[in-house]
Amino acid sequence: MGKDFTSALRPAIVLTILFAALLGIAYPLAMTGIGQAIFPAQANGSLVRDADGQVIGSTVVGQAFTGDRYFQTRPSAAGDGYNGLSSSGSNLGPTSRDLVDRVRGDIDARRAQGVTGAIPADLVTASGSGLDPDLSPAAALAQATRIAAVRGLPVGEVRALVTALTETSVLGDPHVNVLALNRALDAAAAARGR
Amino acid sequence: MTFQGWFLILLFVGILLALTKPMGLWLHALLDGRRTPLHVVLGPVERGFYKAAGIDPTAEQGWRRYAVSMLIFNTVLLGLTYAVLRLQGVLPGNPQGLPGLSPDLAFNTAVSFTTNTNWQSYGGESTMSNLSQMLGLTIHNFLSAATGIALAFALFRGFARREAAAIGNFWADVTRVTLYLLLPLCIVYALFLIGSGVPQTLAGAVDVQTLEGARQTILLGPVASQEAIKMLGTNGGGFFNANSAHPFENPTALTNFVQMLSIFLIGFGLTWTFGKAVGNPRQGWAILAAMLVLFLAGVAITYSQEAAGNPILNQLGITGGNMEGKEVRFGIAASALFSIVTTAASCGAVNSMHDSFTALGGMIPLFNIQLGEVVVGGVGAGIYGFLLFAILAVFVAGLMVGRTPEYVGKKIESREVKLAVLAIAVLPLAILGMTALSSVLEAGLAGPLNAGPHGFSEILYAYTSAAGNNGSAFAGLTANTPFYNGLLGVAMWLGRFFVIVPMLAIAGSLAAKKYVPEGPGSFPTTGGLWVGLLVGIILVLGGLTFLPSLALGPIADHLSMIRGQLF
Repeated sequence: MGKDFTSALRPAIVLTILFAALLGIAYPLAMTGIGQAIFPAQANGSLVRDADGQVIGSTVVGQAFTGDRYFQTRPSAAGDGYNGLSSSGSNLGPTSRDLVDRVRGDIDARRAQGVTGAIPADLVTASGSGLDPDLSPAAALAQATRIAAVRGLPVGEVRALVTALTETSVLGDPHVNVLALNRALDAAAAARGR
Repeated sequence: MTFQGWFLILLFVGILLALTKPMGLWLHALLDGRRTPLHVVLGPVERGFYKAAGIDPTAEQGWRRYAVSMLIFNTVLLGLTYAVLRLQGVLPGNPQGLPGLSPDLAFNTAVSFTTNTNWQSYGGESTMSNLSQMLGLTIHNFLSAATGIALAFALFRGFARREAAAIGNFWADVTRVTLYLLLPLCIVYALFLIGSGVPQTLAGAVDVQTLEGARQTILLGPVASQEAIKMLGTNGGGFFNANSAHPFENPTALTNFVQMLSIFLIGFGLTWTFGKAVGNPRQGWAILAAMLVLFLAGVAITYSQEAAGNPILNQLGITGGNMEGKEVRFGIAASALFSIVTTAASCGAVNSMHDSFTALGGMIPLFNIQLGEVVVGGVGAGIYGFLLFAILAVFVAGLMVGRTPEYVGKKIESREVKLAVLAIAVLPLAILGMTALSSVLEAGLAGPLNAGPHGFSEILYAYTSAAGNNGSAFAGLTANTPFYNGLLGVAMWLGRFFVIVPMLAIAGSLAAKKYVPEGPGSFPTTGGLWVGLLVGIILVLGGLTFLPSLALGPIADHLSMIRGQLF
């Protein structure tokens, strides 16, 4: 047994060094090089810039929308909300009083904004990452009346924006990217001079 | 539940079944040490590694020597990661200027990644530098997976060889699996992920002024290269705290689907490789059938529970199932499926927060791990774990008819059965013992976020995940304390190596045995009766062991939920 130990030491140490160089250094660096060359936009975070070249977000990662002028995002448990340095869900369980109180508060807030009927679940629940970039089409449409009034746009046009930007896949649920939707909203309002 | 949801689930299983034999054939070539098309490119690398390390790949090892090689290699790797994490503050590749890790967190993390658990007591974005992610963690994702597959190969050889003293060469197995399987797949996979929106850069964070004028910091890094092996190697340790729920780790429904496929791909293939190795692929398909029965039952329960939603919240007037902790782009079906895949295989990546599942919806992931993660299971670890149950199943069948049991041409005798029971008993001992301890000690009770039975579930899930080498969590538990870091670290080590050593002893003992041809009195181990017996043994053992603990946690939680009782 003692001989087994000593004879295994050299392969263990040398292989650790070689694999560390190959898998821990060369592989990620090579992927970085290739990725940066072929997919520069995605490899650098799919950043979105405004007309002045200022970074205003990422198409992939969600950002908070809390004001009346925009489609509002889901509740978020990432830091104070949509904190890119502390992604997290609420981790509140099904019998948590904190969860039920939070959801009830958010439902009341939506009702105060004029949302009627059943509330789409995603509108009042926190996502897994706290950085969910999307809303369900139902959760976006539930806000259309409010936004149309604030922006002075016809409700039909606001609804049409949601429908046009809704992405579907057999592999997941229909969703609409909130940043893209709100930029489209700004563009629509600008086109009408609002 | 929707038609589209079930279509997704069946499409998922169908694609994997189509990939089982091709993957199994590739693995069988590696098991036999045969040449593959990749040898043209990687053959010189392999030979160079052997030469530098003084390895003779043709020198066969007995089970003791194989075990010692594996243990020493893993201990050296553990040391490397511990050192990298502690020294993070003074090493390069640290654009955020993060400090080194505390001793207990570095110990916990090093053990966690060495044992293929990838339990994360830390939040990736606020703790780990780019160099730590690459050199400290990514390397383990490869090598702990390669170790698991090598160990499965050793056991396969034990069943396949006749009157042999050796079960292969550990160094050659690990090197070949890494070079000819994991690395090439990861290169293609990582490129797919980058193209889909997963970052791959050495830069740190980007400051953003949002459309509403607020400030947001978006963290980038070498994410895709780690993400690829995290799934393929059933590791599960995420670059970010939110793991595969984070849009940068898993940006689209398609990446989510591919991530689920890649968790199961090698595990499915290994069942076929086993059948081929013992001379009858139907032996492999029978194992896969038993796994699929348990898998689909789990999916059905969790999916139906999550789709029905939390009755307490539904009463408040919301519709659309339980979306707390879930991402809109995946929805209920793809989140429920992911949770079962990741806990059936010992992956532990999550695309939704299991802590916020409904009580029974979250119980199935927990129970999957408690069954020993033998439903497909971790790469390598799943199939060798499953074969331990197969040994028990033929033993029980033998008891019923009063014959010495046989399995795939080998007599199963008291030594093998004793070792199998020893390996299987480690899991309940660690899980239940440590959960009990943490439920009475002050340091343990300080952990849970949720009150009531759900808080107990958080503790139970943590030790189950650690001992089962899964790594997923009911993440409300505050586990980054010396108490939990230490105890969970011990649970991970026990759950990995105290299963492996008896398993290798079985491999050695089987290899030495004569071949017993199948006779008219042999119990057939390919048909429906055998599949039923396997499922029964796994459920009865797991059920008897863990049902009392489930009654205190998720079942009590469920009863509270339907009564509307809050904590």
